[in-house]
Amino acid sequence: MAFHKINITINGGLEQVVVPSNMTLMQMLRENLALTGTKNGCSAGECGACTVLLNGEPVNSCMVLAVECDGTNIVTVEGLAGDQQLDPVQEAIIQSGGVQCGFCTPGILISARALLDRNPDPAEEEIREALVGNLCRCTGYVRIIESVKAAAKV
Amino acid sequence: MILDTHPALPEFEYIRPANLAEASDFLAQHPDTARPFLGGTDVFVRMRDGFMKPEFLVDVKNLDGTNELRFDSRTGLTVGAAVNMNRVIASPDVQAHYPLLAEACRSVASYQLRTRATIVGNLCNASPAGDTIGACLVFGGVLHLHGVSGPRQEPLSGFFRGPGKTTLKPGDIVTAIHFPIPPNGCVGKYIKLGRNQLSDLSIVGVTALGHKDSTCSSGYRFRLALASVAPVPLMPAEVETYLANNPLTPDAINEAARLASQACSPIDDVRGGARYRRQMVRNLSVKALTEVWKKLD
Repeated sequence: MAFHKINITINGGLEQVVVPSNMTLMQMLRENLALTGTKNGCSAGECGACTVLLNGEPVNSCMVLAVECDGTNIVTVEGLAGDQQLDPVQEAIIQSGGVQCGFCTPGILISARALLDRNPDPAEEEIREALVGNLCRCTGYVRIIESVKAAAKV
Repeated sequence: MILDTHPALPEFEYIRPANLAEASDFLAQHPDTARPFLGGTDVFVRMRDGFMKPEFLVDVKNLDGTNELRFDSRTGLTVGAAVNMNRVIASPDVQAHYPLLAEACRSVASYQLRTRATIVGNLCNASPAGDTIGACLVFGGVLHLHGVSGPRQEPLSGFFRGPGKTTLKPGDIVTAIHFPIPPNGCVGKYIKLGRNQLSDLSIVGVTALGHKDSTCSSGYRFRLALASVAPVPLMPAEVETYLANNPLTPDAINEAARLASQACSPIDDVRGGARYRRQMVRNLSVKALTEVWKKLD
């Protein structure tokens, strides 16, 4: 199987990575770059735990080949916070108690950030629709939705 | 036996051709071992589950105009193969002239999956449950293809041959789907019956499109497309003919829905039983046709 050398911007920094054809973006982030904030839940595009931003748009990183990402810009949960402060959605999900086991949280934060970037003032229905691809088995979603509402007000 | 719940993708070679001619030639030279892919949302899952083991995955995104979403007020809408569903949903032209297409795309999985999922991929995957297929059928979609002998066009209505089977030949790549200008004042409705309101696969899908037409005796023309109730997506002509030729009443709609349910050949599967599906086709056809009729008057 062939290996491909790709150049990729991750959380603002340029990386050069050598990846086999069958490596997913999720595997590359976790295994080659030790960005383990991106979680592997289902490997089938169902659960959203591996959601990252690819050129500003959320994708399930388990459903994207690493080799396809040559020349792209990726933001993972590690790239959300600034040096000194958390992203408003991170702050809000802590304040609202929207985290329990925390496994789904990175994906939810990315989906919520992407929603607020394209729609700074979403209705509850729009928040629910934007998070439909992020499964959480602990919280029952109510506090997660509250935290996105709170972050939108920041 | 150890069950691997997170199987990695099996080994394959990733091929990125420089243009459509190169892509068609490669696919034609490897008819049994190469497979084209766009967003991969179906292909990767099937590969992980062991249903598919291509030696070569040919990336047909970003080739010769496949990224274009173009509307022309005389000829209609062209959606390039690589245009993702979120782009279709957000397009002002689609919202203005083909809102049913946006509605169908919105019912697919989740936002982040739709960043990768494409209408053309949904069509080529040829699942009888494909959410966007009904809208593409009722809008009279025409496929733009590229094969070893160059480009050609084919109507979508004859494209499906069975679950996962189409008329595509080795070397063929669908480059876009084109829709003519929809009938003046038309109204559409997609009803997707799933286990939840959003994101699930359909148990039954009913797509209806109607418009007023003084050239037929009822004064209305309807098209109905049915998903998940036969080996291929159905567009029963008898429903269209019946509603064009009989005065439009609630009874006529009931009869049309009965014809629709008669046209189906559903199976029992994990999502629903055949008998249930047949009844749901009837109920949801009444609902969809009535809603369209009410909006037309």
